[in-house]
Amino acid sequence: MQIIYFASVRETVGRDGDEYDLPDGIQSIDDCLTWLSAQSSAHAAAFANPEKLRFALDQQMAKSNASLKDARELAIFPPVTGG
Amino acid sequence: MIGIYVQEERFDAGVMQAPLHALGGGAVASFTGIARADHGEGGDVIAIELEHYPAMTVAALEILARQAEQRWGLLGSVIIHRTGRIAVGEEIVMVAAAAAHRAAALEACAFLIDRLKTDAPFWKKEIYAGGSSAWVTAKDTDTARADKWD
Repeated sequence: MQIIYFASVRETVGRDGDEYDLPDGIQSIDDCLTWLSAQSSAHAAAFANPEKLRFALDQQMAKSNASLKDARELAIFPPVTGG
Repeated sequence: MIGIYVQEERFDAGVMQAPLHALGGGAVASFTGIARADHGEGGDVIAIELEHYPAMTVAALEILARQAEQRWGLLGSVIIHRTGRIAVGEEIVMVAAAAAHRAAALEACAFLIDRLKTDAPFWKKEIYAGGSSAWVTAKDTDTARADKWD
């Protein structure tokens, strides 16, 4: 799965995105965050407060308990601040 | 008629909403957001840097425009949002709505900007005179304003 980061999340992780073959058993965005946090200390720092994060699955806003089923791109970012 | 534009270049709000004048309605309302001369923790703000999610941005704005069109029976709407570096005093965003009468145009405009602030994938960073910068954090008041359109 393609995982991309924006704004402060991108800066904390230290790159724009990652591509991972997620292990079986990673079913929701929440599961994915837990798994990603184990990949590096930078990932762990970026996802330390999941309630402060927002998500999109294949370019549509999604809740953290959403299923990753069939999604190709997961975006992780802080609450938006446009306008 | 729906016009959605995401661009780095400056824009002229009058020019961008002029096409809405020719749709046969009696009302065009618009809101233009400007990079404010704020004073933040890092000093005077001289510019903002706007990041977005290119694969999603236009689609997210189109959804808002279609929702407004349906809810207020609009004749047309325009949303334009800049990205990249925007100096204080420059325009960031404009939403405009055309309708038969003013109430629909005015309300639709308020809806578009309130929802854009919570639903469209943009992130602002303040750039200070001393060279430092800081991400702008989302405000609960913006969420409350957006929620009142539910």
